[in-house]
Amino acid sequence: MQIPIETFCLDNGLLVTLSQDNTAPIVAVNLWYHVGSANEKAGRTGFAHLFEHMLFQGSEHVEANEHFELVQRAGGTLNGSTWLERTNYFETVPSNQLELALWLEADRMGALLPAMTQKKLDTQRDVVKNERRWSVDNQPYGTWWEKLPALAFPESHPFHHSLIGSMEDLSKASLEDVEQFFRTFYTPDNAVLSIAGDFDAAAARRLVEKHFGGIPRGKGKPALVGLEVAERFGETLRAVVEDDVSLPRMYLAFRSPVFGSEDYYVASITGAILGMRQGSRLYRSLVREKQIAADASAFTFDLAKGSDLLILDVTGRPETSAEQLESEVEREVDELVEKGVTGEEVQRAIALIQTDIITALQSASERADRISMFATLLGDPALINTQADKYGAVTRESVNAFARDRLGADNRAKLIYVPRIREEGEAEAEIVEAMAS
Amino acid sequence: MTIATRPTPGPAREYHFPAFTRSVLANGITVIVARVTKLPLVSVATVIDATALDDFREKEGLAELTAQSLREGTEERNGVRLALDLEKLGTSLEAGADWDGTVLSMTVLRANLDQAFEIFAETLMSPAFRHEDIERLKAERLAERMQLLDEPRGLADESFSRFLYARGARYAVPMSGSSKSVRGISRDDVQQMYQRSYLPSSTTVIFAGDITSDEAVKLVELRLGAWKGEHSRLAIEPDRAAHTTRSLEIVAKRDAAQSELRIGHIGVPRTHPDYFNIVVMNAVLGGLFSSRINLNLREAHGYTYGASSYFDWRRHSGPFVISTAVQSEVTADAISETLKEIDSMRASEISHDELTLATSYLEGVFPIRYETTAAIASALASMVTFDLPENYFDTYRSNISAVTAHDVLEAARRHVRPEELQIVVVGNPDVIREPIEALNFGGLSVREASEE
Repeated sequence: MQIPIETFCLDNGLLVTLSQDNTAPIVAVNLWYHVGSANEKAGRTGFAHLFEHMLFQGSEHVEANEHFELVQRAGGTLNGSTWLERTNYFETVPSNQLELALWLEADRMGALLPAMTQKKLDTQRDVVKNERRWSVDNQPYGTWWEKLPALAFPESHPFHHSLIGSMEDLSKASLEDVEQFFRTFYTPDNAVLSIAGDFDAAAARRLVEKHFGGIPRGKGKPALVGLEVAERFGETLRAVVEDDVSLPRMYLAFRSPVFGSEDYYVASITGAILGMRQGSRLYRSLVREKQIAADASAFTFDLAKGSDLLILDVTGRPETSAEQLESEVEREVDELVEKGVTGEEVQRAIALIQTDIITALQSASERADRISMFATLLGDPALINTQADKYGAVTRESVNAFARDRLGADNRAKLIYVPRIREEGEAEAEIVEAMAS
Repeated sequence: MTIATRPTPGPAREYHFPAFTRSVLANGITVIVARVTKLPLVSVATVIDATALDDFREKEGLAELTAQSLREGTEERNGVRLALDLEKLGTSLEAGADWDGTVLSMTVLRANLDQAFEIFAETLMSPAFRHEDIERLKAERLAERMQLLDEPRGLADESFSRFLYARGARYAVPMSGSSKSVRGISRDDVQQMYQRSYLPSSTTVIFAGDITSDEAVKLVELRLGAWKGEHSRLAIEPDRAAHTTRSLEIVAKRDAAQSELRIGHIGVPRTHPDYFNIVVMNAVLGGLFSSRINLNLREAHGYTYGASSYFDWRRHSGPFVISTAVQSEVTADAISETLKEIDSMRASEISHDELTLATSYLEGVFPIRYETTAAIASALASMVTFDLPENYFDTYRSNISAVTAHDVLEAARRHVRPEELQIVVVGNPDVIREPIEALNFGGLSVREASEE
């Protein structure tokens, strides 16, 4: 299956991709800015994400929160998200509202600063602090988001620090920081615009030129330094966290080939063999047969520079000790390294991933987001059409070679959550179980 | 540099929800087929009238456990074989039961549909219900319960239902059962639930995707045509209220970094004639990002990352809930701001701008909701579950646009009742109790671990 792709670049450096599909009268607009938490300066952890919030606070011709209101009033959906290497903004609207979405994105790319005020920054700072409390501090295992990258990348590395940021650093963020960040990173030559769905190509191109053409090119951004790391940790890293949880959990991370490289696909298939769905090794062995785990999964961070991480995430049963969980998960990994995988296991993983790709591409917003991803991280939007084949080309031999190379004891980082032993008399919420009678 | 003039939209292109056919086979199975040929995919969703309300007394969670047991193997193949055989075809089964039905579903490439559906049908017609698999699923469910109770959001949701509904009402007990009720479920219970409720006459198989009605009907006839059984059902009243006046419960969690807040009362059944008025009213109150409650609590005060409201639509009266997590110090302030928004919603008509924001949003996102075959199948499943008319999707947008500001005011006055509001807060009583007491909201209780 091939998605149509038409790419052009504006004079100011904005890379634009159009992918037409007129089956439903809807269109997705998606912008990736090539900036993420990795680009934050020292003492400003969490700023890239706080800045994402500020982009919904209005721009020269748009009032605070009007962005949300105008898109929803048009019958559209929208949001934004921040990751280590990028920040994205997206809306899906009825196709007759394409220009509205482009105008809104262009106004905040071209003229954000006139709308910025101290009060807006203070409010969004509070909102983000509450987001931190909600998603990290008040959430069982919620700190893994910052503890695992901290364990897996050295302190000086751009991927080491917290994406959501520390309360202290969030408090320090100033309007001056907002201005500097905007001028450095929110420029057309540091962005990719993808439009997928129902439009006329010539008309869409005219609209893009009309709204984005007048935005000046940026002055360049400082290069990220210290991205390169060794292919392996060189040892087994281990961190234990006591947390208010009832079940032990282990995150086992391996440094793995960067997103988009040939071996990235091998790493993903290996991860799927270990942890994707009920037929995977960890599920069959630890959840079903030995019954020491409640759940198991595997995923990658999809980092395109330095090193990616392949991560296994296994939660124990209440009666399982953290030590037992740790040794049983490692036993499975060791066995895969030593004895290799079967052709049937590789085929299962490929079939699942290929079906998932086609299923995801039904949605215009997924098409646009993936096109932006390939364009931003790898410089080629058309890579969206090669993914199914790249997974399909993975062989048993390449998985076995990868496992020997990267899953050994010299390339493991273990983050282990252990239920906190509660002191006697310490009050704790416990639900009184209601029974229908 | 940027353009000041706001774009105005051209005319909208027409959109129609995919046309579908409905047929009934000789053994009573209904087959619904929506042909969508954009990609070579088919989603299958089978709706069975086996609900959490059919759970045997003191065996709450039985319907859910029975649904999950379908994935654990058939007489012909064990659970591992079943999972592997489907996964090699690039798919796997989702199975679950809720208040109003059991749904078994999968999405598969068209080329693999016939083979995958053979296995799909086998799980429905000849589940093995092996003792050891059921015991394992129970243990997993108990582990899940422990995890849920660590998690403030889940704890708050569950505490709220328990606070709202009377002891003995099914809705007071978690849909998937309590630890105690799950422990009490046996293999025989699962077998009985299956025999009573999994019947061709109460089953609808829905296909959405690259398949014709004839092909789908033939496939179901071939694989499920021999299935037999008759339906019987007990009468129940799952939605009795626990309180007739306002009351507030603090569930103590002394290490909480935030307060999880739930405010609301028992709502109305999905089939209520005011449905569209309520949907529009709720969008303005707390359903949209630009809703009154979110703009107040998040954007004006920075109390929270987000606040929303919803009616939990079920066949009987599910809860109406305003849900948010706020910084502990401002818990009482967040409650009083929310109460103000409720009062103002009932005091006067919403503005024309608010009305059109809600109606044009709901009309506009309608096609966006049905981009995938799985979403289309799931929409048709809810049509079956709630017995909605066949033209429901074709008339949805005109029903929404017919709602007036006056209808919204009436809906708010009828269906949001300040004197009946119940509040549950999961948080640190040392910080929040005094300010909450000062609100004089209503009967206040604090629940501790020592209570049983």
